Amino acid sequence: MSEHINTFFFGIFPYIAVSSMILGSILRYDRDPYSWKADSSQLMSRKGLRWGSNLFHVGILLLFFGHLVGLLTPHWAYEPFITAGQKQFLAMTAGGIFGGMCFIGMLILIWRRTSDARVRATTKFMDMAILLMLFAQLVLGLLTIPQSAKHLDGSSMIALAEWAQHIVTFRPDAAVFIEHEHWIFKAHIVLGLSIFLIFPFTRLVHIFSAPFKYLLRSGYQIVRKRG
Amino acid sequence: MTIRAQIGMVLNLDKCIGCHTCSITCKNVWTSRGGVEYAWFNNVETKPGVGYPRNWEDQSEWKGGWELTKGGKLKPKAGGKTSLLTQIFANPNLPEIDDYYDPFTFEYDHLKTAKESKTVPTARMKSVITGKTKDAPDWGVNWEEILGGEFEKRSEDYNFEGMQKEMYGEFENTFMMYLPRLCEHCLNPSCVASCPSGAIYKREEDGIVLIDQDKCRGWRMCVSGCPYKKIYFNWQSGKSEKCTFCYPRIEAGEPTVCSETCVGRIRYLGVLLYDADKIQEAASTPDEKDLYQAQCDLFLDPHDPDVIARAKADGIPDSWLEAAKESPVYKMAMDWKIAFPLHPEYRTLPMVWYVPPLSPIQSADEAGLLGKEGVLPDIKSLRIPVQYLANLLTAGDEEPVTTALERMMGMRAYMRAKHVEGYKDVRVLEQLGMSEDEMEDMYQMMAIANHEDRFVIPTNHKEYAGEGPFDHEIAFETRSECGFSFGNGCHGGEKKRTNLFGSQTHGNTLSGRAPGSKPMGSGWVGARKNEGDGS
Repeated sequence: MSEHINTFFFGIFPYIAVSSMILGSILRYDRDPYSWKADSSQLMSRKGLRWGSNLFHVGILLLFFGHLVGLLTPHWAYEPFITAGQKQFLAMTAGGIFGGMCFIGMLILIWRRTSDARVRATTKFMDMAILLMLFAQLVLGLLTIPQSAKHLDGSSMIALAEWAQHIVTFRPDAAVFIEHEHWIFKAHIVLGLSIFLIFPFTRLVHIFSAPFKYLLRSGYQIVRKRG
Repeated sequence: MTIRAQIGMVLNLDKCIGCHTCSITCKNVWTSRGGVEYAWFNNVETKPGVGYPRNWEDQSEWKGGWELTKGGKLKPKAGGKTSLLTQIFANPNLPEIDDYYDPFTFEYDHLKTAKESKTVPTARMKSVITGKTKDAPDWGVNWEEILGGEFEKRSEDYNFEGMQKEMYGEFENTFMMYLPRLCEHCLNPSCVASCPSGAIYKREEDGIVLIDQDKCRGWRMCVSGCPYKKIYFNWQSGKSEKCTFCYPRIEAGEPTVCSETCVGRIRYLGVLLYDADKIQEAASTPDEKDLYQAQCDLFLDPHDPDVIARAKADGIPDSWLEAAKESPVYKMAMDWKIAFPLHPEYRTLPMVWYVPPLSPIQSADEAGLLGKEGVLPDIKSLRIPVQYLANLLTAGDEEPVTTALERMMGMRAYMRAKHVEGYKDVRVLEQLGMSEDEMEDMYQMMAIANHEDRFVIPTNHKEYAGEGPFDHEIAFETRSECGFSFGNGCHGGEKKRTNLFGSQTHGNTLSGRAPGSKPMGSGWVGARKNEGDGS
């Protein structure tokens, strides 16, 4: 039975979650572009936003790309340069620092969202839900650090990377790699995938609209031609 | 040279009585929706005062508009593109709702449901945002109406720059004027420049600056980027909104709502032709005081055959070129030099211009104690200091404002002599350097101000709708449909509901419902809604 659950959460659920994220986002972008936005509440209150929002965003972006590179770089690609143990130490350090930044930022943002009457009044259910989910995910992520410290040989990290690489390359039995890992890692993965699952139904969609194109605009002005 | 046309506006402040009809009609048409209760695409301020939002004119606080780098290059005051992107997580220059005001309604329902009591039940004020009641408003869109509040606070007005303002706090020297404000539809808009999504654009055919609501991602850089603070963040939809210059009316050849409903007939609309290739150069003029003239130099003479030929080659329709010749805006700005841009020092090259107001001659002059300049009273004896008007309209250069005021005063003197005393006072014409015809034209335009003289608006052309199926759809197939429901087409009805993706469809502000609060009850709006449902 537990094997079935393991297969579902780590073998099947990743595909459901990512499909929901991609298809949902496409649908929303197509059907309801008016709802596609960052949904800033800065007009209601700027209090705490400069530290809170900057720390949170910078922290979480670095964490995300850290995970992306860390999990999806094949073992053979970094092996000639650093050992798995060293890579794990690097991941723990970087994750600790960025996670700490993000943690402080999120605390400020949660405090702001719950304490300011105007921000609270304009908060939608999903805004609060996603904020708390991200916070829980961050806390789980930070809790993996002491857990990792118990075995510094990198074996756990390799297992997780193998799982991720099997998933993205559609190889069967990916879930097997996870089976014997500590529950904190499992919870972190399931909650993370759940965030992917509900992604299109939240304000997170603004991530896809990160306006880098702005830097490529020639000049500053936009004149829309007639016809 | 690339010639483009724009519908510009002139407001004759000399005739503004501060009745706010423009603001109210504009609000009823455009911002009577949730999330923009606090937003006034058109508002009327009493000057001197800090205005709405608080202290909007002071760009050392808000960093709106443009500045020149040390190398003389034009750059948004809040920073270049990279710098603006680093501010995206928390915009350091964004006004807060209290800088506008906390939008409020009243608990009308209580009047009907209150239990019997010794005192008359009251409808208490409550915030539309939080739903909490409060005792009194503490700030509003026109808090300083007719010099309301202490001079000490109003004197923080940015236009007192370089003036000995203390004396204007004294009763004998006090002065006031009205300033109706809307989006300037600038030639060099800093909102467009600071929008990271590229959602804001200027229309080639008529110069109207609009926000594509489907492309806006709510990064809110335009709100701080606009030095006039005429872009508003809809706190329900999470998108920015702005004055549309009533483009559906303009396209049909009709004046904007604010212009049409102006009881003082102070507003004028007309075509201006300008050289689009020189915009950047003009906006980069080193000395701020030269910016007014630099912008005038962009405008092209609609009677010049070369200009007409070139404009036709650039695709401007004949009807627009004909309208340009009759343009009241061109006449006031260029022929008579009596209209000026609002705060040219922001370097946005605004296209809503103002005729400065005359004001009563100080009593000393009436008693003959002050010298007259020729046959006209000295402009310096007007109650509103010329320096103040110059700070508002010409980046502090008094000379053009003085000339304009002299012409307006001269027009009065001339027409008074003609109609009351029955002779043509040629001395006035000589002093002003104007011909009799010019004077009569100016009088017709400014004093009589007939509807057809004030509004010379060519209709938009069917061809502009384009040939693509999408363009065709916008122009013709949406006719008689739901119209401007702001997102989600016909779904933006009065019923409150959310869609699959959690965004609230727009309700009507008049329903008085604050998000998360109980319905304000079944007032007249509720009753009307039911009727609608039943039919």
